Order: sequence, then structure tokens, then C-alpha cells
Amino acid sequence: MSTAEISVAEIETGAGPTEKLTIAQAVRDAMRDEMDRDPMVVVLGEDVGIDGGVFRATDGLIERFGPERVIDTPLAESAIIGMSVGMAATGMRPVAEIQFMGFVYPAINQLLGHAARMRNRTRGHLTVPMVVRMPYGGGIHPPEHHSESYETLFLNTPGFKVVVPSNPYDAKGLLIAAIRDDDPVLFMEPKRIYRAFRENVPIEPYTVPIGKASVDHEGDDVTLISWGAMVRVCHDAAEMLAREDLSVEVVDLRTLNPLDRDTILASVEKTGRAVVVHEAPRTNGFGGEIAALIGEHLLLHLLAPVQRVAGFDVVFPASKNEHLYLPTRDRIAKAVRRTMEF
Amino acid sequence: MKMKGVRMPRTQVYNAITERLEILDPNGTVDETLMPELSADAMCEIYRDMVRMRAMDDKALKLQRQGRMGTWPPIKGQEAIQAGVAQAMKNEDWLIPAFREHGIMLLRGVPAHLIYAYWAGDERGSAYPDGVRVFPVAVPVGSQWQHGTGVGLSLKLRGERAVAVTLGGDGSTSEGDFHEAMNCAGVFKTNSVFVIQNNQWAISVPLHQQTASETLAQKAHAYGIPGVQVDGNDVFAVYSAAAEALDRARNGDGPTLIEAVTYRLGDHTTADDASRYRKDEEVAAWEKRDPILRLRRYLEGRGLWDDAQEQTQLEAAQSWVEEQVTALESMPPQDPSDIFTHMYADLPPHLAEQMAEVLEEVGS
Repeated sequence: MSTAEISVAEIETGAGPTEKLTIAQAVRDAMRDEMDRDPMVVVLGEDVGIDGGVFRATDGLIERFGPERVIDTPLAESAIIGMSVGMAATGMRPVAEIQFMGFVYPAINQLLGHAARMRNRTRGHLTVPMVVRMPYGGGIHPPEHHSESYETLFLNTPGFKVVVPSNPYDAKGLLIAAIRDDDPVLFMEPKRIYRAFRENVPIEPYTVPIGKASVDHEGDDVTLISWGAMVRVCHDAAEMLAREDLSVEVVDLRTLNPLDRDTILASVEKTGRAVVVHEAPRTNGFGGEIAALIGEHLLLHLLAPVQRVAGFDVVFPASKNEHLYLPTRDRIAKAVRRTMEF
Repeated sequence: MKMKGVRMPRTQVYNAITERLEILDPNGTVDETLMPELSADAMCEIYRDMVRMRAMDDKALKLQRQGRMGTWPPIKGQEAIQAGVAQAMKNEDWLIPAFREHGIMLLRGVPAHLIYAYWAGDERGSAYPDGVRVFPVAVPVGSQWQHGTGVGLSLKLRGERAVAVTLGGDGSTSEGDFHEAMNCAGVFKTNSVFVIQNNQWAISVPLHQQTASETLAQKAHAYGIPGVQVDGNDVFAVYSAAAEALDRARNGDGPTLIEAVTYRLGDHTTADDASRYRKDEEVAAWEKRDPILRLRRYLEGRGLWDDAQEQTQLEAAQSWVEEQVTALESMPPQDPSDIFTHMYADLPPHLAEQMAEVLEEVGS
């Protein structure tokens, strides 16, 4: 079963005519629809204007909304986030783009020191309803610093919501939900699959709820838990393992914070086996948190230790070696078989 | 074969002048040609405000020594900047402070007992009354400059005739965020005014170790925005420069950088001992340039102020401060759940669980 068929079957709202879109186009449409609806929504970042973004995720927005709402900023990540904090706290809804997640470091002070804390430290008097879009992850053979998955940095910082779509339908619905959300949302876009496939996406605006995972592919033997670009690799592994008569369930977390613990625990309680798959380095990666969660709640239901298939604990390799780093269908399948043989 | 050369010009492509504005000298005499329009009442009110600021500051230091206040960064010596800038602001303007701005926060509508509460370790101290357009204190040095650009851009994009006024210290101009904020404010011509309280010391590091620039105001040239230095202990110069800058921003003509040269008469905070790194003589020399004393001399010279009024105001400021302390200390304790309830608009399930754990622990 392809992800396209699954997602369309899961439409929560906005059923109606659809069009075939890539993730990049779905992201663009989400911003366009929200900017149409709410004049306080503005887009800002490097090359988001006339260039339409280096991944074309803001393509056509400047023609429709003009340079006052589609703002090409100086090359300054801290300013993009710091200005967004100022704009959001005074009533706007900025959607900021950090061109690659590998370049988010200069903005960490503004993100961790201000965006994540404003609501709490003012006891709700000032809030920062802003979205930070960040293409993340490997697999596109780029130069250095263009392949990182830094979600863990932000998952240990209370105050953010962290969202990672894995397909065009979710990308549009989750981004609209993120823009309407009253808290700062970090929106990680899997650049490897920005244009890898198309699927039917409703033309009308709709939301996919933040904080809700989806069970993409039902199975009884093992639960694969993943997010973003790795979800498709999990599906490939599940298909391959099906030929070995293994029934694999795939849980796409979609939101990493707040985490949909109920969906994870319900699935693993049913299967008794879990494999977590992510691109970020394994040690202290989010897979460890999920394994701990499962251990805390389901120890006596488990038929095997929770396995992690992740990036290695190394600097993300330059393009010639990135295939060694990224989790593959075969690595995932091996981990699944380990849980079956335990 | 000999090549025939050309003569290429070496031309001057940029030249800049940075001005310094002074109106009121340490003896209390003014240059009448530069005096801004301020009524006698307004000038006396500014003076009273500065006396209240000093009283609020003194009291906080005492409270800290008595264990009734947390770490406090004193503003002593910087009252003219804060009163002068506040005087130039209008209701609709936003203030974005760093952390040595209690005086201007007070004048922009933050109740003193809340300022105290913040420094006593209570987040409710940053929950200002509705309609008060003031950002919370920014502790990460220099980070607030960026917010001032963002708020200025927000006001401009929405067509509000209002200005974002951001303050910070000399040390913060060394942070990358200062550069990014000024640069973006210049590019977008935001409705912003940036005021550097150059008090000469960033904890123990003096200005000449902070920058090789002769002035901080001249940095404005690099961002294509107007910059001016003022005597920061001269409330008329501060007000005059701020009023001009605010007008410019309000009219959509872009941001201004003001360097107000002053001196931190106190320690960096109550956790600091400035005698470790600077000489008493230096402090004593600046005490003679005290901004409050200077304004008082001027008002007395014009017959607008006398000893009896001074006594009355000192007493009024003292009793006002005591009321603020009473208000601070009669705040009901926070609910233990408060540390969870404001993390997100809606409490996520994992925080609800953790909150229950704390409530069980404290037995409430």
C-alpha cells in the first residue's frame, strides 16, 4: 500500500476536490491558504521572495502577497528568529524559514532563550505564535552542513511543539495547524522527499491535528516507529518483511512534542515488539526516549528489547559516504528480525 | 614591449561624522539654544520620577541584603537616560528592555512591586497589566535588540504610528545579535529606536576592551541609519535626541541608534563587587556628575525647586517605595501548578501527569 492511498483515506477535514502535489508544493499551499485567510501571517527568511526559496517551498508567494508579507531577510538566522519573536509577541503570525536545519545554530539563543519561554515567563501575557520551517535530514548529496537532523536539541527544550510531516497530505494539514497554533512550532521538512512523490491533497484548507500520530500500516508482529523521511523507508522495510510473512505495523509520529504516547503504547501493547527509526545520531537520540517510554509502561508486554535504527554517532558524512550513515530498508529489516528471534 | 597604463582613481566613497549632544552641564546650566520644549511642570515631574527611581533602587539593595530580594542589578546613575527616553515615548509605543531598565519600565506602566517580584524570583513579575506595552526583562545579553527590530517591523507592516524603543548596555553591542538587529532595522527601515546605555562597564570589562571604536554611536553609519551620542547624565539631551528619533520612526523614516554615555555607579548586580576591577576615584568623579543632582541644580537655579520640595519629594518617594514593598510581600504565593500551566496554550498530557506528581508531593 502506498502512503498516498493511506493518507487520502485518513482525511480528517476538507474532503473535496484534490490535486497531486509534492511535499514542497503542499507546504507552499499551506502558507498561501493561511496568508489568504489571515493578514497577520507573514513569511520571512533567506531567498523566500523572488527566488521562491531554495527548495521552491515559497514559490509564487511574493507575486501573490508582495514583499511586505513575503520578506527576503538579510543572511542572519538569529535575526530571522529574533525578529519573529518581536513580531509574534505584538500580534503577527510569522512563518520563518531557516534555509537548512544545519544553519540553525546562530538562532539557538533566540529559539531556546526566548521563543520557547515567552509564554511561561510572562504567565501568558505575551505569547509567540510563530512557525519555524526547517528543511532537515540527509540523502540529497549536498555540501557539508546541509544534512543534519537536530530535533533532539529542541525536544529537550520545553515550550516548543515539534512537527515532522512525512507526506504531502500531512505537510499541508500540519503546517496549517502549526500556523494557527498559539505556541511556537518547529516544523521540520524532510528535504530528501520534498519532490520524491506526489499524492492527492485537498485543494481546500484543512488541518491535521498536532500531537497525533498515525498508524500508516497495520500489523501484528512488530511496531516500527518513525517520522519524516524515514517513514517511507519503514514502509519499504514493512513491504519486504511481508514477503517473509512478518506483519509489521508502521507508526508515523508526525509530532514529536507533544508526543502521542497513547498511539505508540497501544500499538506496542498489541505487537509486543518495537523498533524506532530515526536519522539523528543514535546515542541520546529521541529513539532512546521512546524506548524508555515503552519500557516504563509495557515491560511485561514486551517480547523483545526495543531496537533502535538510527544515524551513527558520527559527524554527518559528506556526500560520498552518506549512504553509510542513513538508516536503510535492510538495516531496519535486520532490526525487526532481531526482535523476532529474541 | 612597454604596456601603456591607465590611471585609476582612488576616491573617497564614504565619509561620516558622529555628533554628540549636550544641553545641561554638571553645574546645572543649560544651553538655551538647544533646550527642548518642556513645561516647568513636566521638568519637575521628570525630576520626581528620577527621585522615585533612585528610591526604588536603594530599597531593592536593602531588601537584597535582608534576604527579601534576589539578585538585583542597580540602575543608580542611569536615571536620566530612562526618564528622558520615557518622556519622549507615547502610549502606543513599545518598550523592549534589557535588565537594567527598571526606571523606564516603571514609567511605561509596569508597577514597581512587579519589578521587585521579578527580581525576587516570581514570574508573575513579568505579567504586566493589560495594555502595558513592555516586553519582559531580557537576560541573555543583546538578544533584546532583535526583538526591537521585529516589533518595529511589526508596527510598520501594520501601519501603526508607534515605535519600538529598545535599550541595552555597552557590552551588548559586542554581541552578534546587536549587529544583526541594527542591520535588519536599517534594511527594513523599521519603526525602531535603539538606546545604548553606555555605562562604561560590562561587569568587569571596560568599554575600551569591548570595542576599538571611539564611540558606539558611530556604529550606526555601518548600518545606514542615523546615530548620535548624548550625555546620558543630561536628561534634556537624552529627551531631545529620543524625541527626534521617535518622531523619525513614527513618521516612517526609519530607525535611530542613540548612545547615551553614563556610568554605572553601583555594582553590576548585588552578586558583584566592583572594587575588584575599578578604582574608587573613578566612581567618585562620576558621582559628581550625578544626573539627579544636575537636574536639581538646574531646577533650583530657575526657582522651580527648593529644599522644602526636595524634602517632600524624598518622603513621598520613600513612602511610595514602602507601599510597593508591602504590595510585593502581600502577593499570595504562587500555585505550584503555575510552573506547568503556562508552558503551552493547552496543557499537554505529559505535563498534566508531571503536574499531578508535583501537586501530590506538596500535598495540595
